[in-house]
This record gives sequence, C-alpha cells and structure tokens, in this order.
Amino acid sequence: MISFSNEIKNPYTELDKSIGGRFADNPATNACKLCAPLGASLVFKGIENCVPLIHGSQGCATYIRRYLISHFREPMDIASSSFAESSTIFGGAENFNAGIDNIISQYTPDVVGVCTSCLSETIGEDPGMLLGEYRSSRKDRELPAFINVATPSYSGNHMDGFNATVKAAVRCLCENGGGASCEMLNIFPGLVSPADMRYLKEILDDFGIDYMMLPDYSESLDSPTWDEYHKLPPGGTPRKRITQAASARASLQFGRVLGGNSRDSIGAGEWLEKQFKIKCLKPGMPIGIKESDIFFKTLETLSGKPMPEKYKNERGRLIDSYIDGHKYLFGKRAIIFGEEDFVVGMTALLSEIGVHPVVCGSGGESPHFADAINAVAGDAIKNFPEPPIIVNGADFESLLELALETRPDFLIGNSKGYYISRQMNLPLIRCGFPVHDRIGAQRLLHLGYRGAQQLFDAITNAVLEYNQDNSPMGYKYM
Amino acid sequence: MSMKNKLPDPAAVKDEILKKYPPKVARKRSKSIQVLGEPGLEIQANVRTIPGIITQRGCCYAGCKGVVLGPTRDIINLTHGPIGCGFYSWLTRRNQTDPGPDGENYMVYAFSTDMQDENVVFGGEKKLREAIQEAYDIFHPKAISIFSTCPIGLIGDDIHSVARAMKEKFGDCNVFGFSCEGYKGVSQSAGHHIANNQIFKHVIGLNDEAPEGKYKINMLGEYNIGGDAFEIERILKKCGITLVSSFSGNSSIDQFERAHTADLSVVMCHRSINYVAEMLEKKYGIPWFKVNFIGAKATAKSLRKIAQYFEDEELSAKVEEVIKEELVQVARVAAEIKPKTEGKLAMMFVGGSRAHHYQELFREIGMTTMAAGYEFAHRDDYEGRKVLADIKVDADSRNIEELHVVADEKRYNPRKSPELKEKMIKDGFAFSDYEGMIPEMPAGTMAIDDISHYEMEKLIEAYKPAVFCAGIKEKYCVQKFGIPLKQLHSYDYGGPYAGFVGAVNFYKEIERMVNTKVWKLIKAPWADAPSLHAELACE
Repeated sequence: MISFSNEIKNPYTELDKSIGGRFADNPATNACKLCAPLGASLVFKGIENCVPLIHGSQGCATYIRRYLISHFREPMDIASSSFAESSTIFGGAENFNAGIDNIISQYTPDVVGVCTSCLSETIGEDPGMLLGEYRSSRKDRELPAFINVATPSYSGNHMDGFNATVKAAVRCLCENGGGASCEMLNIFPGLVSPADMRYLKEILDDFGIDYMMLPDYSESLDSPTWDEYHKLPPGGTPRKRITQAASARASLQFGRVLGGNSRDSIGAGEWLEKQFKIKCLKPGMPIGIKESDIFFKTLETLSGKPMPEKYKNERGRLIDSYIDGHKYLFGKRAIIFGEEDFVVGMTALLSEIGVHPVVCGSGGESPHFADAINAVAGDAIKNFPEPPIIVNGADFESLLELALETRPDFLIGNSKGYYISRQMNLPLIRCGFPVHDRIGAQRLLHLGYRGAQQLFDAITNAVLEYNQDNSPMGYKYM
Repeated sequence: MSMKNKLPDPAAVKDEILKKYPPKVARKRSKSIQVLGEPGLEIQANVRTIPGIITQRGCCYAGCKGVVLGPTRDIINLTHGPIGCGFYSWLTRRNQTDPGPDGENYMVYAFSTDMQDENVVFGGEKKLREAIQEAYDIFHPKAISIFSTCPIGLIGDDIHSVARAMKEKFGDCNVFGFSCEGYKGVSQSAGHHIANNQIFKHVIGLNDEAPEGKYKINMLGEYNIGGDAFEIERILKKCGITLVSSFSGNSSIDQFERAHTADLSVVMCHRSINYVAEMLEKKYGIPWFKVNFIGAKATAKSLRKIAQYFEDEELSAKVEEVIKEELVQVARVAAEIKPKTEGKLAMMFVGGSRAHHYQELFREIGMTTMAAGYEFAHRDDYEGRKVLADIKVDADSRNIEELHVVADEKRYNPRKSPELKEKMIKDGFAFSDYEGMIPEMPAGTMAIDDISHYEMEKLIEAYKPAVFCAGIKEKYCVQKFGIPLKQLHSYDYGGPYAGFVGAVNFYKEIERMVNTKVWKLIKAPWADAPSLHAELACE
C-alpha cells in the first residue's frame, strides 16, 4: 500500500545512498521483517544450556516460539516474565526475579539470556540493573551466567536484535582479554541455517582452525531423534568458549552491511576490536563463488594451510555446473528479498551466474545496503539493461508493486513471497528465513561452494520446471 | 477400560510433578492440577501464569485480533504497534474463508502501523490516522478495525477517538478500535471478551434486513480452522437451517450486522464467545444454548436439539433423515478403525473448549483421555456455568469492561415467551447452559489448567500416551519423546474435523498417527549389539 512517485518509473541509473529509507516512514502491509526479540531468542538458542527470557508480556514469548518453530520444527522453550497490568505501573522487578528463580529450578541452565520487549522498554525497565539487584539478593547460591540485551521492536528488526544479542553475549560473558593470547578464532556467522553452521564447522575443522562460533544452533535447532528426553536440547556455543572471546587471535564477522557500521550499532567482532584490539575481519556472507573465494582465502591465510582438495573439487564442480546451466539462466530477471546481508550475498550469486537482479529489497534499513550491493555486483550490474532497484524498509506490498512493474522471471527469498508468487504465477525459490510452507528449512544450505551448488541447482530447476509447465509442447527433454 | 489397575496412580503423579517446584509455586499449581473422581471438585483456572514457567498461553491481543476478529474476511484488521505482533498473527491459525469469485478478502494481508522510536516518544496517533486513510484509499473496505499492542496503552494513544474521527470523515466505512494490549488479563481470554464487547457495540444490529429462511440461527465460537465451518454449513444447509451469522469462521461483516435477526444462537466455543450470546439474548431476546459439532454423535445430538428448539415436525424429520444418511459412512470407517485404536490413551491440552470437545471423537474410536486441560479457560468451562456465581473476580479480570446491556426498545423480541421457555426447561430442555469438561471425564483421570512445559514432560513420562494433543509449541518436544502430537489449534495442516465428514477424517488421522511405524526406526539395529560380535544383517 505504498504509493509510488514518478521516481520509480525512472529506475536509478546508479546505485545511490539516497534511495535508502524510501519506505521507512510508512505503515507496513505484509511486512518483510520480524521483531527484535525474535532475533535475540534465536541467538540464545544457539548458546549451550541457555534459556531465553523475554522480559514483558507472555504473548511475545508465545508468538516468537510458535514462529521460530514453524521454521525449525524443533522444541523452542522461551520463558517470559509474564507482565500483568499492574507490572506496567509498578515495574516488572518482582516478575523478573520470580521468572529467573523458576527457570533455574526447572532447567538448571548455564546461561539465562534476558532480552526486553516493547512493553518493558516503553516503561523504561533496565534489565542490567534488574540483574544486578537479582544477583546481590541471591549471593547465597550459585547462579548461572546472564546475558542482557535491549530489544525493543520499535527500533530495528529481527536482524538488529540478532546482531545486538551476539554482541551482548560477548560483552556479558567474555573475560578481560589477554590480547590474542589463545589460538582460537571467533566466528560470527549471522542468521544462517543449521546446515550452514554445520558446513562452516566442517570447513574450519578441515583447515585445522580452533574456533568459537557464536551463535551455534546447528545441533540445538536441528537435532536428531533422542534416545532420552533432554530438557534443553544438546548443542550450542559453550559458555566457557565465549568467555575466551577477548583473547582470540582474530574475529571473523560475516556481513558487509553489518560490517558497514550501520547507525550506532556495531557487530560483536567490531566491538571486540574496539575494546580488546582483537583483529576483526569482515568478509561478506559467503554466498556465491566470489564471496566464498574471499572466505576460503581468509582461512588459508589464518591457518597457513592450502585449500584442502575437497573444497577445490567443490568449487570445480560448481563452476562446471555454472557452465551447464548458464543457457537456462542467462538474462533472467529476479527479485530478491530478506535480511540485508542475505540479499547482498544472494545478489552476488545471481549476478555471477548471469541473472539480472531487478529488485533487491529488505525490511531492514541501512545506509550501507546499496553500497554493499554495489561492492559485490557492481561490475556485473554495469552490463545489465538497468541497475537493480534497491529498497530499504520494504514490505511485500511494495515488492508486489515493483514486481508488477519490473516483471521478473522468479523470486528468491523466504516463504512470505508466496503471495506475490501466487498472484503473478512466478516461481519462488525458498531460502533464508522464515520458510514455513516447505519442509527442511534447517537443512537449506546457502554458504560456501556447497551452498552455492544447492542454490544454483534449485534456481535452475525452478526455471526449468516453470518453462516445462508453461510450454505448449510439454517437452520432457530440456 | 479399568485404568486403576494398569496405570500409575494419578495422585502420585501429581505429587511427583509438584516436587520440583519451590514451595510457593507448588502450592499455587496444586490447585490447578486435579485428580478427578469426587463430585463438586473445584479447579483453579484463569489465574496469572507464574513468570518463568513456560506456558502455552498467549496474550490479550492474540485472543482479540488473532482469534475472534482475525477470521473475518472483509474487515481490514490494522495492528497498531511495532511490527512483531502484526506479523505473528498473519494468518497463522489456518482460518479458512470463502469470499467467492469477486468477494473481498483481506485475511491474506498483515496491516501494521509498524511503530518506530519516534512514534513511541511523540505518540502514534498521526501514523495511525495515516495508515487508516491509506487502507481506505486503496481498498475502500466496509470496515477497518484497530488493535492496540502493548506500547499503545502505555503511551496513551487514543485509538477510539481516532476511529470515531475517521469513521465520521469517511461516511461509508465503519472504523472501530480494540484496546487489547497484550498485558491485559491473564491470557488470550481477556482479548476474547474485549473483542465480544466491541463487536457488539459497533457492529451487531446495524442492519435489520433479515435473510430469508424458516429456521434462522447464529453459530458462535466456530473459527473455521481447516474448514470446520464449511462442513457444519454443509450439514445445516442439508437440514434446511439458515445460518444468519458465524462468529467468526468464514464470516463477513454484513453477517455480524444482521446477527440480531436470527431466532437462535448456538455456541461452539463457550469460552471465547459466550458474552455475545448473552448480550444477544438480553438486547434482542434471542435464546442460546451450547452445541458441539466435534464428534459424529455430538453432531447428531446438537442437530436434534436445534430441531427440538424450533418445535417443528418437518425440521425434526429432515434432521433425522440427514443424520441417518450421514452416519452410514461414519459407522463404516469407525468400525474399520476402532480395533486398531481401542484402549489407547490420549491427552489433550488445548484451547477453551477443544480439550473437551475432542474427547468425543476419541471415545468414538475407543480411546480414553487420561488427562486434559485448557490453556485459557475459566472455572465454568471446567465445572459448568453453575459455578459462575461463585467465581471470585480478581484484579486481572475486573479491568476488562463488562458491558451493561438492556433490552432494545424497538427490537427486543423474545423468540420464546417466558412461559414457553419455562415449560421447555421443565421438560428438560437446557438454555444458556454449559456443563463443562470435568463432568464428562471418568474418575481417575486428570484435569490440569494452564499446563507448563515441565508438567507436560512429567505426564508423558508417567503415562506414555499413544497420542498427545496440543499446539505447535508443544509438538516437537512431545515428538522427541517418541510420541506423536496432533495439533488441535491449527490441525497440523489437515481438517476439517467437525461434523460427519470431519469425524471420518479425524478417525483416520489418529489411526495413522498412533500406528505409524516410524518411531520403531529410532532404535538402530546396532544399538545393543557389541560391534565385535555383530552379525551381518543379511545373514
């Protein structure tokens, strides 16, 4: 329900920062973003034996649980301080304390992750102070570690909540650094799938790199069947490892938009650099060959080891398939949507396989979005008939209008693009988050050569299937 | 079946559950966990959830926007607040609707004012007005409703005055608001009540044009999850009964506006909508009673009661004919399924009526409900409306407005004269009734209100039920125990389960779930065998 001015009819001739925030002040129709405490909860689920507590009304915990579950299809325990109407007047301290007491007695967690909601933020609750009071009133017993983070959903979205929580986890748990005194590498992958995380770990192991990945929900949010029931699912970044973050040899923080120092927020890696002079490397999310090459090159440098044969072969097979599939994809037009760094990575991939990204949209709002897209795809974009339209603060209604205008061949992004796909009879290649109308969202692989391979096959097959279904001849040999 | 001999003693299970809680929590939870058997047993319900106890419950907003108003296709539902709430209630309940080829349907949209910092600091009314204007300009809907989320009440945005002003400005679009901030009440139940009040105040009674039909009814508390309302509509139509309005599955605003022209209200989900039923009777003289279309026998019983109410030979005959015809298929499938399900245990913790209604279906295939409870019900949903007068109103409930409704000067028309009603009651016909869940459950079973995650785990360990019924939040925990979970909120992508066709669907679905062999695969062939002495599997 965004009304477009004439500028839309004259797509930007070059990527320009001024296009950021075009939709930012409008109400949202079919939003392309979720709320900040959801991102926070997701990070907490990637810390070993951690129970998230959302400080606010119990509805937030319930809604966020049901939404995350629809994507991951795994247990998702998130506690709430269950504000009553009176707590909004007298403050939530009593509920906060009772909530933590009950979490400890039921779960005996290593870590309790506290994030706020718009309710507790609006009345001005300070979880840092509440935690201080809680600790001092319970000096007689051993307590778990605590992480606290402010995540009002009226500022930023789920990705901002996610990034803020990774940083908060490091801030709250890391011990004073000895300055690169241990061999460990910090890796902050961002919002990726459990399969992506498993693959990253495999790569790091193959390079012989000791690492601490935060968060790591590769097991906790994609766990096998259990022989016996676990109150908290196994897996997650161990608390002990996070305490060493400030002594790591370096940090690897994915995301060109995150690394662009958007607003006043910085990523966990940059925070460690600022506070403890731990070197922070900031490659883009390794989606597609070129971005993955940067990532693997970095690992070669860090480990002093050459690229293992296995990944050379993955890369070779990927290029071989690019050659095979080029004829189906070249010149096709796509709309990409989702979190900014995901969209940037996907733009990198598409533009290297000859697909023309006509619209790159995100519900987020960052002045670095356009720059990042230009950085990964600028060269390719020069050869396209027109540059992509870059939309900050997009919702699906605005994306639909852009789709009607730009007439793409397919859409790539999360399940919420289905409404556009259905209305325009276009293939939607589901990836990213949330994917709740297909099975296997946890197993979708996006990163590295292997991820690019999966995406490439999925995209090419979606185009083939569409052509076949819509062909009057009904070819079976494509 | 005799449960006493085979199964763990429920009293011992209760003690085991309470052991882990701090004493104060244990005392409180003890009143919400009851072993059934003694008549007149009181259960604690509709009290605040204990912080940090992982609950099934949602919030006031979820009950108001998500449950009661969400399923109406031609009202634009605008969430006033930051983005999360509007996004999470975006068609997630699987309510279905049939707008017809050209009908309006806004259910696939999620409208939100998407409030930002500055709106919280300086107030969000301006942005709300803009959002309403934009929605009106683009869609020209018949109605726009506004739902407040937590921050709205705190910053003091007056959504009702904005609604009044916009309604006046448009002239052809009804605009009304719901102060359903998430922190109100103790669960989504508060939101149901607020939804009932506002829809009664702003919509019901706006159109006096009665639809054609001899037997005209309203169906309250049926939300058309998985197509339940479609099946009930099919049966009613077959019987010659006219549905004036449905609250609110497969509904439209003009149905609501004419609800007062019906001659009877039947109530499916007592918890979420009994207020509208009561108010329709007080203001317009339309009697109501409870029905249940979940379960073939319950459906037949409900249809017979409707026929009896209208005191019409022709209708009764038609209803009998329909029941006879429909039961043929039901009986055939039940006979096929029952030997494979008989004697198995079920548990269900869901909703404000489903934990009761679905026991019918399980009984029809020989299964016993060992434990059941509601997520957001009140004592009357457990013990029956007879306890209404004894329920202590606490601070959380007192804050929810209680509308003072009086008989409409012109339109009050008692469909049954007081004398006739009196006579019918004497003959055993119950009006404004609900017996509750507990009286229908056998001794030795358990009722647990607002069950927590931890309690659920303990119950499963003790009883190992064949199937557990709850929602998506519980589904994957329970399945990690190796026990299938049937979602009774969203129906696990299935349905309908109401009416006769629904009963058949449900029997088949439960048989599939309790007898699937997939759980047997969990134990791998090498699990017990020491590797050195293992034999080749093909030998």
